[in-house]
Amino acid sequence: MSRIVGIDLGTTNSLIAYMDKGAPRVIPNPDGVTKVPSIVGMTDNGLIVGDPAKAHLTRDPARTIYSVKRFMGKGLADVSEELKYFPYTLHEKNGVIRIEIGEKTYSPPQVSAMILKELKRRAEEFLKEDISKAVITVPAYFNDSQRQATKDAGMIAGLEVLRIINEPTAAALAYGLQKKTQGIIAIYDLGGGTFDISILKLKDGIFEVLATNGDTHLGGDDFDQRLIDVVVREIADKHGLNVQDQPDLMQEIRMESERAKVRLSDDTATTLVVELPNGKYEKTLTREVMQSLVMDLVERTLAPCRSALKDAGLQANEIDEVVLVGGSTRMPLVWNKVEELFGTRPHSELNPDEVVALGAAVQADILGGHNKEILLLDVTPLSLGIETMGGVMSALIRRNTTIPTSAKEMFTTYVDGQTSVDIHILQGERELVKDNRSLARFQLKMPPLPAGVPRVEVTFLIDANGILHVTARDIRTNEAQSVQVKPSHGLSDDEVEGMIRDSFKFAEEDIRTRQVIEARTEASAIIMATQKALVRASDLISEKEKANIQGVMQKLSETQKGDDHRAIRAGIAEAEKETHHLAEVLMDATLKEALESKKVSEFVK
Amino acid sequence: MVQLAMPELSGAISNMDNHHHHHETLPGSRELPMARSMCWHCQSEVTGEYLCGQCVKVQPLSKELDYFTCFKLPRLLNIDEQQLERTYHELSRTFHPDFYSTKDESEKTISLGNSAFLNAAYRTLKDPIQRVEYLIRLEAGAVKDIRSNPPADLFEEILELQEDMETFRNRSSEADSTERDELRQKLQREREHLEKRQAEMEKALRAKYHEWDALQNKNADPGEARDQKNAVLRSMQEILSNRTYICNMANELLETTG
Repeated sequence: MSRIVGIDLGTTNSLIAYMDKGAPRVIPNPDGVTKVPSIVGMTDNGLIVGDPAKAHLTRDPARTIYSVKRFMGKGLADVSEELKYFPYTLHEKNGVIRIEIGEKTYSPPQVSAMILKELKRRAEEFLKEDISKAVITVPAYFNDSQRQATKDAGMIAGLEVLRIINEPTAAALAYGLQKKTQGIIAIYDLGGGTFDISILKLKDGIFEVLATNGDTHLGGDDFDQRLIDVVVREIADKHGLNVQDQPDLMQEIRMESERAKVRLSDDTATTLVVELPNGKYEKTLTREVMQSLVMDLVERTLAPCRSALKDAGLQANEIDEVVLVGGSTRMPLVWNKVEELFGTRPHSELNPDEVVALGAAVQADILGGHNKEILLLDVTPLSLGIETMGGVMSALIRRNTTIPTSAKEMFTTYVDGQTSVDIHILQGERELVKDNRSLARFQLKMPPLPAGVPRVEVTFLIDANGILHVTARDIRTNEAQSVQVKPSHGLSDDEVEGMIRDSFKFAEEDIRTRQVIEARTEASAIIMATQKALVRASDLISEKEKANIQGVMQKLSETQKGDDHRAIRAGIAEAEKETHHLAEVLMDATLKEALESKKVSEFVK
Repeated sequence: MVQLAMPELSGAISNMDNHHHHHETLPGSRELPMARSMCWHCQSEVTGEYLCGQCVKVQPLSKELDYFTCFKLPRLLNIDEQQLERTYHELSRTFHPDFYSTKDESEKTISLGNSAFLNAAYRTLKDPIQRVEYLIRLEAGAVKDIRSNPPADLFEEILELQEDMETFRNRSSEADSTERDELRQKLQREREHLEKRQAEMEKALRAKYHEWDALQNKNADPGEARDQKNAVLRSMQEILSNRTYICNMANELLETTG
């Protein structure tokens, strides 16, 4: 059984984790950084993902995609409110948002797949093995379309997604494993773009979710936006500058606002600075002011908490522990509001950015058959139903039902000889169809018989991923009927296949970009190591040799700025040749042992 | 006349007239029993309870299985909830798809079906109201002739409340709020009253649980016992349907007055 990794595919940051001798561990890059910003940039040399793409955000905002998770499983109408905040053009095809970058268009699962591939590559490099299986986390309040879109993203990235697991429950797994907690716990998870509350009962290794609730459109991004709005207004007033027309400046403001917000979690005041074409904008911001800007947003998380308590049949004081998860819970205001509601001081010993990925790795371990002690019993967050007469939704599976779960419904005809019945599947808590989420439609085939005689039984099954499966059976003949479900906001199987093929094409571009980045990194390492070596060996080599080496290094640092990885490689080879003697001299002088390595860079390390 | 709005009873209009609200296999609508003694995989006789003794493959739960039998419980209405939870956890460890993700497709499908059944069984038995509703459906058609109309006194009361709510809704946009507030308070009092009645009904129902359990535990003459049992089932069904009216009415009042 090959290894299964756990992935937290976040709105702002993504992480990948694995099980290391019974303990989950997040995989860092060579610099020790675990977070990969969920940002994808399209450069002339191909794709860049993560930190390099974040740098790209201010340089080329129109070709840099961020917060793509907000678009997963959605149509254009769902995001009309926030369109103005995104610098790139969106349109819709077959109910799915498409992001336009240059001449190309990408669906949200494709962009997410690019992030997943970066994580996959990172894990493969770290673990020195191929990675093909993963558990991916989603907000607990994600609907069927959003879950399916996440699964599609995994497939496009070349990953078999063994399980879609809810973020707060993943966090509970990580905590439960660590602390062997028993009792009722609430996980309050406020991330970059989504909010979830889950209430669980932990007993003898069984993690039973009692209720979950949330808001898939509430997170740190919205906090940033409040501050951005203020800054944009003030710049217009004081500097007479309309920055909204300048995407690069807007991104600068966005990042500086986010940084200021983050600083205010530790400090009580901070200064926000934005360089403008006609001067400098400076703003001193206190924690109080920041809190007043986002107060209503934080308070908006409390209603879902109350609903979850009610659905779990519990009073706030019956919660034994409240755990905070997600970067936005670093805000002291969140701590206070949560404490007020539950009457108990929340805690967050595990890194709130990493705990979800850690929990995903625990679940991966369970699925791999390595952990038989722990079992997670999760619920479906939203009621599932079908459209009935008068545009009313009839619920078949209630929210907070433990999954897997199924419901059967019998259908017949109204007219003699009628050969099909249209069925519209919905998710949501409202009475009217139009107020709920349309998931999919399908046509049930009926035998041509007098009205009311045909009997076709449809089974709606929600699996352990929270994803719906529909099957049908003719009761009279006991024959199964294949059902072609057409998702309202999802990619078709053909589309996903096409995107998997495309992803190989992108992969070639990726390789080119990667080669440039890797060559640059290596060149930087050599330059740094050589500079150090030159200082240490200053008495041991001639001035001429020093000058030669300096010259080669100067050349290399010039070449390194370009996009031609072959040229950089050639420069590296030249530098290695030129420093060969220096390395030997240093070795002889400082180490008596005969070392095999001839490279300055290796030596200095 | 004011239209009665009863979400639980009339709201769930289905695409079919004889729509089943409940999705379990019930007596009468059962399919022919399948020979369960043979393992679907190795064809040897299944000696274990859920797993084949030969090849250790998980076996599909019998379509005959009812929730009580699944939980190894007698058909009683007072049950040990701790024991119920323990059995649920035990069976979850046997069936949950998490433990089958490395197995072949057939085993995965069986695990999924068994888990879905187990979850429905636990959900039903855990809740005292759903438990009795399920028991009544299990215990044959004797109680089917229970009328689904509200009793006369309740009906009068419901009609009156419907009218008050209608008036309240119509006044919601008017400037003069005194009368509206008075009406709101009246409706809120009514709701409290209904909730009290609901609690009383549930108490009466609990008393019937004991009656039922006593009959089940008594080794009486089968014919005579059946009559007595049917009488208890019928009276429980009556309490339940009245309770449903009261619950819906209370919920509607809550929604209207906020």
